[in-house]
Amino acid sequence: MPKEIRREEVRKLVAAGAQLVEVLPSPEYEEDHLPGAIHVPLRKIDSDARTVLDGGRPVIVYCWDTA
Amino acid sequence: MSPRAAWRLESLGFSEVYDYVDGKNDWMSAGLPTEGTNAQHPRAGDVARKDVPTCALTEKLGDVKARVRAQGWDAVVVVNASRVVFGLLRAKELEKDPELLIEQAMRPGPSTFRTFVALHEMLHKMVDHKLESSVISTSDGRLVGLLLQEDVAAALEKDK
Repeated sequence: MPKEIRREEVRKLVAAGAQLVEVLPSPEYEEDHLPGAIHVPLRKIDSDARTVLDGGRPVIVYCWDTA
Repeated sequence: MSPRAAWRLESLGFSEVYDYVDGKNDWMSAGLPTEGTNAQHPRAGDVARKDVPTCALTEKLGDVKARVRAQGWDAVVVVNASRVVFGLLRAKELEKDPELLIEQAMRPGPSTFRTFVALHEMLHKMVDHKLESSVISTSDGRLVGLLLQEDVAAALEKDK
């Protein structure tokens, strides 16, 4: 079950090597994304996740907010 | 959106998946850096005037007006001791009966905008809604400053 985390945990996990993934569509990612975030839009997860992301490292996903 | 992404990744075999539920909104509201095409341009929080006068709900309008005008302003933001925004008075409200309390004279619950909003977006909103100024606040409602439409236009011109 994915674990919900807050900002400080994000920073700690990223510092420890976690992959940060923005799942919003392209325009929003291109305008602003968290430092170092990889872009895998929600609709591309099925096709791209296994090739773009390292399955051996933690993954943190985010979008705009809780919506 | 991110919960669905997190669950799908787990179903694809990713064993350690986290969901930053508050997302980019929370990150940017905290003033943390971002990367991307907007990152190098000034935003609402950069241009907002931090020296905007403030007042409390129970002050008398006449007293506040005198103080505000002496500082060269025709707007004042109503806040509590924690700088949480309760209201706004522009020139029109400052002209009301000086005996009124601020809470009787103010525009309650003014729209506020976050610090990270791009200036071109702010200009559109301000022109569309005929706003000469807009309150900029943190995500928990605390005052950052007052953004003047003329400052937005000037900053955009400079940023070209």
